Amino acid sequence: MSMRHQITAGFMPLFDSAVLVAASELGFTAREGIDLTLHRETSWANIRDRIAIGHFDLAHMLGPMPLACNLGLTPLASETIVPFSLGLGGNCVTISNAVWAGMAAHGAEADLDPARAGAALGAFIRERAVAGREPLRFAVVHPHSGHNYELRYWLAACGVDPDREIEIVIVPPPFMADALATGRIDGYCVGEPWNSAAVAAGTGHIVTVKAQIWRNSPEKVIGVRKVWADENPEALAALLRALHHSARWCQDPVNHGELANVMAQPGFLGLPPAVQMPILTGHLQLGGGAERDIDDFFLPFDKAANFPWKSHALWFYTQMVRWGHVAHTPENLAIARDCYRPDLYRSALKPLGVALPGANAKVEGALKVATAVGATGAGLVLGPDGFFDGQIFDPDEIDAYIAHQKSARAEA
Amino acid sequence: MVRSSLAVLVIDENRIRASIIEAGLREAGHQRVTVIHDVTGIARRIAEIEPDVIVIDLENPNRDMLENMFQLSRAVKRPIAMFVDRSDQASIEAAVDAGVSAYVVDGLRQERVKPILDMAVSRFNAFSRMARELEEARSELESRKVIDRAKGILMKSRGLSEEAAYTLLRKTAMNQNRKISDIAQSLVTAAGLLGPAEDE
Repeated sequence: MSMRHQITAGFMPLFDSAVLVAASELGFTAREGIDLTLHRETSWANIRDRIAIGHFDLAHMLGPMPLACNLGLTPLASETIVPFSLGLGGNCVTISNAVWAGMAAHGAEADLDPARAGAALGAFIRERAVAGREPLRFAVVHPHSGHNYELRYWLAACGVDPDREIEIVIVPPPFMADALATGRIDGYCVGEPWNSAAVAAGTGHIVTVKAQIWRNSPEKVIGVRKVWADENPEALAALLRALHHSARWCQDPVNHGELANVMAQPGFLGLPPAVQMPILTGHLQLGGGAERDIDDFFLPFDKAANFPWKSHALWFYTQMVRWGHVAHTPENLAIARDCYRPDLYRSALKPLGVALPGANAKVEGALKVATAVGATGAGLVLGPDGFFDGQIFDPDEIDAYIAHQKSARAEA
Repeated sequence: MVRSSLAVLVIDENRIRASIIEAGLREAGHQRVTVIHDVTGIARRIAEIEPDVIVIDLENPNRDMLENMFQLSRAVKRPIAMFVDRSDQASIEAAVDAGVSAYVVDGLRQERVKPILDMAVSRFNAFSRMARELEEARSELESRKVIDRAKGILMKSRGLSEEAAYTLLRKTAMNQNRKISDIAQSLVTAAGLLGPAEDE
């Protein structure tokens, strides 16, 4: 079969590149007439640079990363758009045994409840401050990452100022568990399997998960060079259809064994299939013998997981403003609003006759239970999408949301 | 020789490549060159060295950590930004192609840094070429070894002279339009499967 489209894409060896990898390995791209070449990278900075100079047409990216590029927060960048999301959830917060002991003394239990865990961590942090000890050091994978923003959101909602009361550093995912074991960091927020790795080694406890801080929240995306997207609309639409079929395949439990085998290859994730099972099943060992089944732990397809909601991008933007990464101006807001492109997703998938959300944005945190929604096609279920602290993010009320978070901090 | 007061830090896990860069910098007159292979405790080292220019290999998985540290760490007194001369797209592409990136302190003039980046790019490319040639030489040696083993098998099992064994391998390779080392490898594999023939 002759291939009509040549596409070059970059990815990081993380499990949530699965939809992109499976699209190629299971033949979904070939069926759409696409010859997809995948390049494994070693840092997000490399992905950003190679997109910027045109080595890659598109790439597996952290959700806030294309926003950071377009807002001029990175040294090298080309305008990047997001027509597809690679999934919801998948991250955990893991802490050292010593911090766990300190939290347990303040009422923490192995139940992953963000409010309870955050209150205990806050009490332990204040106890240490009173005793004149060094602030705890937490690691995330990148400043412009869902990990950084959800860790900060969780801590701030529990009364801990992440800028003043702890230190946040950057550590690449595969090094997290080791950095925790050797005491260079006290905790971290990262995707699987790097949380379960610390639990398995007996050096860490999982205290809460992304799926409970903000249920069904955005994580990795497909970032596309805008210039390439503008010049190759057919290739992009074909790719989005291939990714859609791949995501559906990845979600189906029947395929999880095969998916884990594909990802286990050295050129992709390169880790044994067994360590990939927690992210696929949502069944996690938390440390100290505790275990939990987590609803919607990681969704590569269900709950409209691939739809690039503008409200997701705008929430990331509010957090960039909140933590001083960018100034809130009408120009910056417009850039953030234009970055995620549900219109491209919708037009590419329309011929398939599948369920598509009718709106481009939603009020995040409004759905308390899984809800069938009005949409084109049939059978679309969204949510629940609640924040653990009960807050609502209405993308039409951004100024109020930003102002509220600012004043809450000032009062603290 | 140009006397330069620029302090240059080279971060590269590959010791051989790092020493090639270091030698190049010294030849170009840069006396204050520090090489780091392991990023453990790097914030303290940067505070001590106060580098004007930092050269990093792009394969380094710690690049995100380093880039963030350059911007935010308390240990870094002067902000360090990535070397980007937006008017010089070719230079950026050459650096990424070669697998190297440079970061410079705020306010340092572009023309003082460009020769350092250019030198790093050419040395990275030279290193890649050298590594490739070394790999070719290694595989050449490997195929010669396997051809010798295949010749031995033929000499023993079919009573051929060394020359006749080699001729047979070469003829088979030509007939099948394959490399002689591939034929030899097939023979060695088959002999291994068929039993203790070879090492009897």
